[in-house]
Amino acid sequence: MRTPWLVEGPPSAELRGGEGHMLVRTKVNGEWQEADVWPGTSLLYMLREHLALPGSKNACEQGECGSCTVWLDGDLVCACLVLAAQAHEAEVRTVEALSRGDSLHPVQQAFLEAGAVQCGFCTPGLIVAVTDLLETQPNPSEATVREALSGNLCRCTGYEKILDAVRLAAGKRSQP
Amino acid sequence: MDVFLSRTLEDALDVKAQHPEALPIAGGTDVMIELNFDRHRPEAIVDISRVPELQQWRKENGAVFLGAGVTYTRIMRELPEFAPWVQASRTVGSPQIRNRGTVGGNLGTSSPAGDALPVLAAYDAEIVMGKAGGTTRSLPWHEFMVGPKKNALQPDELILGARWKSVRGPGSFSKIGTRNAMVISMAGLCLVLDEDGRTVRVALGSVAPTIVRAPEAEGFAARALADAGAWDDPAAAISDQAVEEFGELVASATRPIDDVRGTAAYRRHACRVLAQRSLRWALDDRKGGPGG
Repeated sequence: MRTPWLVEGPPSAELRGGEGHMLVRTKVNGEWQEADVWPGTSLLYMLREHLALPGSKNACEQGECGSCTVWLDGDLVCACLVLAAQAHEAEVRTVEALSRGDSLHPVQQAFLEAGAVQCGFCTPGLIVAVTDLLETQPNPSEATVREALSGNLCRCTGYEKILDAVRLAAGKRSQP
Repeated sequence: MDVFLSRTLEDALDVKAQHPEALPIAGGTDVMIELNFDRHRPEAIVDISRVPELQQWRKENGAVFLGAGVTYTRIMRELPEFAPWVQASRTVGSPQIRNRGTVGGNLGTSSPAGDALPVLAAYDAEIVMGKAGGTTRSLPWHEFMVGPKKNALQPDELILGARWKSVRGPGSFSKIGTRNAMVISMAGLCLVLDEDGRTVRVALGSVAPTIVRAPEAEGFAARALADAGAWDDPAAAISDQAVEEFGELVASATRPIDDVRGTAAYRRHACRVLAQRSLRWALDDRKGGPGG
């Protein structure tokens, strides 16, 4: 019998599991959740396949496309490049946290109004990246917006409508 | 597969002592791609992304120590006085990648395309490694990186960071790729001008099996500045011909290959152009007064 497949370093984290899997405990969108995952699982796979949060999209699996963008302890990250175990005892916020029931987040509303959604696959990642940008810089310059969204690929829109949506959302936020 | 979650350096080093096969993961921007595509399935992984000792940087007695776990986002925010560092960090991936990716990761992977590596080479950095029991050792960057994706790290060691002597003078990092963002470098160049040592240093990425310096070009540039009296008088002009010859000498220091990202000939040309631009930027910066 091998040593346990998930061995915990002291002092705070606590991981339990069985052969070839492990239990990860993560605060997702404000609620502590547990997922029993294969040790090599990405945070993205854990969110989509274990925690029933398919909003973050799985496309390139190498950090190129930004479709899986989430917040990990407040930082914008590609969930595909985070080992699920690295989110143990950490806080994750996903695109699912943005709307309140049927009431869309201002950034989501702006994407709808500007026609920034075509096939929609890149949309959740872009919504998260734009929200992150506007939370820190409510009135970003064009160059700042382009830089902030440089890690999110869209193959449909040609980006112009997405930039329109950012301007729209920024304008709405800056209104009293 | 075992996953070890270390919260202290001592614990992480103990894990490496007992499980030398454990692959360290910090930002995951290299390791996770291997896992996601099932190219490599390590027997064990040790997560060092929450080891506080690795996340520090500090000035120490005329030198700078940069912990292996410092991310590119933090370098951009916290090291504004080191222009080449800020510029190189800005060219790494996207905001999402820079929030996770670390200098230690660039060193661990030791790809000749790692954007932090020419900066370390231009600063003549030494790489600091540690193992259980508190033993540390350092190697000059060129003895640490020994080949494409090959380095001198032993299985029971972790990369603790890099240390270099502070340099007074202008410098820059620039790179060539197909986009302005999210691009793996086709050619990268860091130039640092050392006012006190009266030397010019040039390090190149993506144009040889490892990072290389251009010693002939460096010596030529230092002499050109001396001949023009420019070390003492930053306003003294350096001839266009000298700048062009500097570019030629930098290009001749490369050993590029043709690959999916570009041809050897293009890479050599790119280094020539980057070298000339970088030297002109440095000379212009000096006219505004030495600093950085």
